[in-house]
Amino acid sequence: MLSVGLGTLIWTSVAFLVVAFLLKKMAWKPILKSLKERDDFIEKSLQSAEEARKQMSQLKSDNEKLLAEARNDREKILKEAREMKDKIITDARTKASEEGDRIVASAKSEIEKEKNAAMADLKNQVASLSLEIAEKVLRKEFENKDQQQALISEQLKTAQMN
Amino acid sequence: MTIQAVENKKFRCGLFVKKIFSLIILVAFLVVSSGVLANEGHAEGEKKKKFNAGEMIMHHISDAHEIHFLTLNEGKYNEKHLAIYLPVILWTNKGFQVFSSSHFYHSRKTDKNHGGTFFGYKEFVMAHEHIYYANENGGLTNDEKGEIANAHPLDLSITKTVAGLLITGIICLLIFVGVARRYTSGVPDKPRGIQSLMEPLILFVKDEIAIPSIGHKSADKFLPFLLTIFFFIWIANLLGLIPFLGGFNVMGTLGVTIVLATIVFIITLVNGNRHYWTHIMWPPGVPTAIKFILVPIEVMGIFIKPAVLMIRLTANITAGHIIILSFVSLIMIFGQNSAVAGYGVGVGSLIFMIFMNLIELLVAFLQAYVFTLLAAMYFGSALEEAHH
Repeated sequence: MLSVGLGTLIWTSVAFLVVAFLLKKMAWKPILKSLKERDDFIEKSLQSAEEARKQMSQLKSDNEKLLAEARNDREKILKEAREMKDKIITDARTKASEEGDRIVASAKSEIEKEKNAAMADLKNQVASLSLEIAEKVLRKEFENKDQQQALISEQLKTAQMN
Repeated sequence: MTIQAVENKKFRCGLFVKKIFSLIILVAFLVVSSGVLANEGHAEGEKKKKFNAGEMIMHHISDAHEIHFLTLNEGKYNEKHLAIYLPVILWTNKGFQVFSSSHFYHSRKTDKNHGGTFFGYKEFVMAHEHIYYANENGGLTNDEKGEIANAHPLDLSITKTVAGLLITGIICLLIFVGVARRYTSGVPDKPRGIQSLMEPLILFVKDEIAIPSIGHKSADKFLPFLLTIFFFIWIANLLGLIPFLGGFNVMGTLGVTIVLATIVFIITLVNGNRHYWTHIMWPPGVPTAIKFILVPIEVMGIFIKPAVLMIRLTANITAGHIIILSFVSLIMIFGQNSAVAGYGVGVGSLIFMIFMNLIELLVAFLQAYVFTLLAAMYFGSALEEAHH
């Protein structure tokens, strides 16, 4: 047990080194290589699964974002439409009232104009009438002097009333 | 009844225990192996020796030129040995000589010195499993100290330990080349059969020993060696635990572990980087006076580390064998005195032996793990980069 024989040393060295060499070439290399390949394969699979999961969640969040955007857009469009409607209504209302005012004003001015025209006409008629009366009076005066005098003053009184 | 008859009866009772024991071993053995050589009985009239536990244990844990299974009719005229006789290979002054060790074991000779017996064949003699050139009388010559003074040839025999070593190597190759074939066939698949037993162990060596000790970067470089040494030690240890198979004590042989430790030592030195050598030869950040104390210690450490590796493995495996053999010896010792005592102690011993065998199964793995782990740590320290 404790005595070291040269034969044992030689045999052990040869046997161990040969076994170590053969195992390295024929066993450990292929085993370790395929273990590594399997590890890589598993790691890659896990990675791609993780990636797919990430993509999925990305997609989901994208969808949600899109949905939210669409909802926002709808809100915005609806709001704009409402505003537009309100604006149109207000515009129309202002325009209508303006138009009304304008019509009223023009009517008023027309009426004034007509009134003035009528007044002028009336004055003209009154003047011509006065002239006629005056003519008539004058004629009559030529017949009766006193009477003519009385009439003129009376007529003048009447004319002054206007 | 004469006194002789009483003695005879006692003797037979003691033998009966051994016979039962031998019978159990024989049945198990016949199942295990068929290629066993049964040989002729030794010389008649040999006296029954008293059982010597120390001798028996040392005989079992020591290297031998045969794989001995059991002795039938021990001490009787028709004594038989069941053993595999291993080839003796000698590099002598006349070139290689190869012959079966059965020639030695069948030519027992006696000598007053050296435990009484030795074996002789051709111009060689073998005492305590060491082979020498025979002296002119065909025997051993002693020097003044009583040591054997014969010259000896270079013994390159396939001894029991070498045979165990070769069997271990073949088992390793068979298992792992088979396992490798499963990996290389086609797509990555879940492990099957022996692959599913070995894969966790391979991953254990890789992930628990190599990578933590050496680091991710260089672990791959040393992994084949670490895997080989782990499984080599483990399988050799398991081989030694198989009962009836001659009790291989491969990793309990210093000649084997010294080679493994030397390989670890060489790999460590070859891979030592600047940082490693600087720390040994001129440790930075230490006062110069201390350096003169520290450097010799560090230099000794280079040699002590693998030496410890070697001694731990040898001592652990041998100790396990000694304990189990001691329990066997207990039965023998008590059985010699009376059969009842033999049976009584036998039951207790058996329980302890089963317990010890289970512990040894653990130790077989543990020592392979410890050896591999420490080897990996030495490699790791040789490769460590400066980080301050």
